[in-house]
Amino acid sequence: MSHSLVTMSYIVAAILFILSLSGLSNQESARKGNYYGMLGMAIAIIATTLSASVTVYSVLIAAIAIGGLIGAKAALKVEMTQMPELVAIMHSLVGLAAVLVGYANFMDSSISIAGVEKTIHEVEIYIGILIGAVTFSGSVIAFGKLSEKINGKPLLLPGRHWLNLSLLFAVIGLGAMFLQQTEAGGEAIIPLAIMTAIAVLFGIHMVMAIGGADMPVVISMLNSYSGWAAAATGFMLSNDLLIVTGALVGSSGAILSYIMCRAMNRHFLSVIAGGFGTSSGGEAAAIEGEVQPIEAEEVAKLLQDSKNIMIIPGYGMAVAQAQHTVNEITKLLRDKGKKVRFGIHPVAGRMPGHMNVLLAEAKVPYDIVFEMDEINEDFGNVDVSIVIGANDIVNPSALNDPNSPIAGMPVLECWKGETTIVLKRSMASGYAGVGNPLFVLDNTRMLFGDANATMQAVLKALKG
Amino acid sequence: MKIGIPKEIHHGEMRVATTPEAAAQIIKLGFSISIESGAGLGANISDEAYKEAGVEIVADTQTLWKQSDIIMKVRAPELNLSLSLEETELLSPGATLISFIWPAQNEDLLNKLAAKGVTVLAMDSVPRMSRAQKLDALSSMANIAGYRAIVEAAQHFGRFFTGQITAAGKIPPAKVLVIGAGVAGLAAIGTAKGMGAIVRSFDTRPEVKEQIESMDAEFLMLDFKEEGAGAGGYAKTMSKEFIDAEMALFAEQAKEVDIIVTTALIPGRPAPKLITAEMVASMKAGSVIVDLAAEQGGNCELTEKDQVVVKHDVTIIGYTNLPSRLANQSSQLYATNLRHLLTELSPEKNGLLNINFDDEVIRGTTVIKEGAITWPAPPPKLSAAPAQQAAQASTEVVAEPKKSFLPPVVQQLLPIVIAGLVLFGIGAVAPESFMTHFTVFVLACFVGYQVIWNVSHSLHTPLMSVTNAISSIIVIGAVVQVSTANNTVTILAGSAILLASINIFGGFLVTRRMLEMFRK
Repeated sequence: MSHSLVTMSYIVAAILFILSLSGLSNQESARKGNYYGMLGMAIAIIATTLSASVTVYSVLIAAIAIGGLIGAKAALKVEMTQMPELVAIMHSLVGLAAVLVGYANFMDSSISIAGVEKTIHEVEIYIGILIGAVTFSGSVIAFGKLSEKINGKPLLLPGRHWLNLSLLFAVIGLGAMFLQQTEAGGEAIIPLAIMTAIAVLFGIHMVMAIGGADMPVVISMLNSYSGWAAAATGFMLSNDLLIVTGALVGSSGAILSYIMCRAMNRHFLSVIAGGFGTSSGGEAAAIEGEVQPIEAEEVAKLLQDSKNIMIIPGYGMAVAQAQHTVNEITKLLRDKGKKVRFGIHPVAGRMPGHMNVLLAEAKVPYDIVFEMDEINEDFGNVDVSIVIGANDIVNPSALNDPNSPIAGMPVLECWKGETTIVLKRSMASGYAGVGNPLFVLDNTRMLFGDANATMQAVLKALKG
Repeated sequence: MKIGIPKEIHHGEMRVATTPEAAAQIIKLGFSISIESGAGLGANISDEAYKEAGVEIVADTQTLWKQSDIIMKVRAPELNLSLSLEETELLSPGATLISFIWPAQNEDLLNKLAAKGVTVLAMDSVPRMSRAQKLDALSSMANIAGYRAIVEAAQHFGRFFTGQITAAGKIPPAKVLVIGAGVAGLAAIGTAKGMGAIVRSFDTRPEVKEQIESMDAEFLMLDFKEEGAGAGGYAKTMSKEFIDAEMALFAEQAKEVDIIVTTALIPGRPAPKLITAEMVASMKAGSVIVDLAAEQGGNCELTEKDQVVVKHDVTIIGYTNLPSRLANQSSQLYATNLRHLLTELSPEKNGLLNINFDDEVIRGTTVIKEGAITWPAPPPKLSAAPAQQAAQASTEVVAEPKKSFLPPVVQQLLPIVIAGLVLFGIGAVAPESFMTHFTVFVLACFVGYQVIWNVSHSLHTPLMSVTNAISSIIVIGAVVQVSTANNTVTILAGSAILLASINIFGGFLVTRRMLEMFRK
């Protein structure tokens, strides 16, 4: 295939990728969008494979076949509740791949350029590996936190901002050394390897310092990084397709992070700097009062007597795998002519859009699933709100306690409804470690136990 | 343990301490229940209904009292005329009695029970706090009394409650004044409002203004500053000046309204006299007064306990057994209160009582523990009113803007200036070839920005997995390198292809799986 033809294929692939992302903007065109993405990827890989620069196919085909098999198996096997973990680990693969491509490019002696162009090329390699390594280790830690292999509480080393700053300076210093060595024809790989190690440490430290409640931001941020890593690789290889695609993914991830931050009313930098809630001044007001428990049968009776029901799912629903039971209850209540809606907070769960995916898996129709902004005004008309394993996203102290670590975060104002039922395993505080005055309000009833077991009991009582 | 439910013997008492539904729940807690035959008849509950719920029916009163470890009643023990025996005497030693006791008014009874060496829990002594609400029988009974008060008033009132304009002429709406907006007062407001009347209400505690207004009734303001809330959310005695101002208000209202419901009570004291004989005389003929404080002497001077009297053409209702006049409903609520109390007392659900004095609710409710009088309990620590004020105070703080050390103009311009300098710096040194790539890069960033901004919230997860798959385009870089002669490079590139392929296939397939699930 001629060089122009390959370039032309790349242009087509880039357009397909753009169409793919814009296709995902709504439910109807989303499936088409995904196919555009697949098509774009296939065209890009085939065109590259057929180009003049590829002559050996055995390794190439073997690697794609093995990788494809593993990927396909993982995709078909994964539980929908484990989506955040899967996405995190996949980010780490992109990061690692970027590092490997960077090293391969560095060692490839066949490239012959000189002068400023060479310097820029070396800088590109350096930055590509840097971003790739940070993405890799950060994603691995995020995966560990999400799958609860690592404690979700933020790890706050003393003077961590200084530590980060000194790591940054070390990276810049090593970069200068690296350039010097390559100019002089010395052992440039040593500063490169040290930098890689530092970048890995930096990624670990960065994600370790971020609290569990900030996970949606972290995931979308790592998504963005994996894009920037691809873009940096594109610069390194002078490949416009990589640049375009990397930039698309990078800016997409950045926007998602921004949306998540806005949903929590947190500054992007303070999320990245880590340490949830350490910035607020005074002590948060202690929660006083007693909770009022309720039995599943009483919940069923309450639901039968109400017309307008709102269900607010949180991470607890994912953990208990309660989405199918919730759907059955929803169906039953809708058949009885009741208005049942779902209110989704942007940061519910551990990943942007996590709850929507779970409800979709349970076949909850998506036109009764609403965003926070769409339904928050409407809680005054709601008879019963059921909060399933959510805590921080329904915490009134976010609005009325300026000292609360989550002060100013928009929340679902379920307490404005007639009655709120909160499903909870125990009286422990949420992922953010913040007490919730909602639980002791007069119109709140607590239904303790595993969300799936209690919802099953409610379902049984509704049928019986 | 065995629970016994005797038939109530107080004159006019129709309630019963448990219902079949509550009994079934109590049996789940590990207790067994017996009931005196016919105990539920006043509340329209047959012996058969109890039997179906697993309750044993006992015909003989004495046997029931003797065999039970726990006696649950509505009224305090009194003389059983048919047996010529005090109910206190029937209690077996070491037993537990749960009922209304009114220890402040019934000191003799308290001493008698203590002498028997029994444990007594008084349903009227449940502390007023949020956790205890579900066992607060005073509130549940007051709610019924408030409802029934309006129903009684309606029966004796010669006109409609709601206003109508009909072919036969205009019907003016009834005007109702509710004095004291506690649980009973609020229930009365709600019922009267539901029937279409114009409702006004007065209370010495200013914090209930909001509650009254939330029921869509008018709160009568007194231009006088004095805090009327005593300990535990109840009212307290007011100063002389306050009472004078209050009486002037009532005198004025009495001329205007058709129905007055009074619910003013101060714990442990005779009811305050709020409606004088002159006020009654000034009311329109046919008006009705319902005095819910009749048991404690009445809020109206002319009230006669347990009687309906007509004075100055005004009907004055002094019933003290309003909850009994809705016996089925009040039995249900009282039985649920008792069930919640048992749940508190038997946390392990093993059918044994644990009178745990560390628990504020149980401590407050228990008036005699194994023969020792433990009444009155130390006052509960929590009251709803001050907490609300604290919350309000903290809301005000939110308004304060955060101060920054940089003036806002600089803050806004700083990122733009920095970005400009960086771009200028790159432009100054970068060669032509880099700039073409850079152009592509910047434009692609903006395309991404425009495209992603429209993505609907529910599709964020599929979006991430698709972008994740797409970012594996990095595989192209590896594909280009895999054919070099350098073995190390081939291995590195090969591994990169492997990793990226996992991502490509995994990302696209999992997205497809997710999107398949979204359906209308």
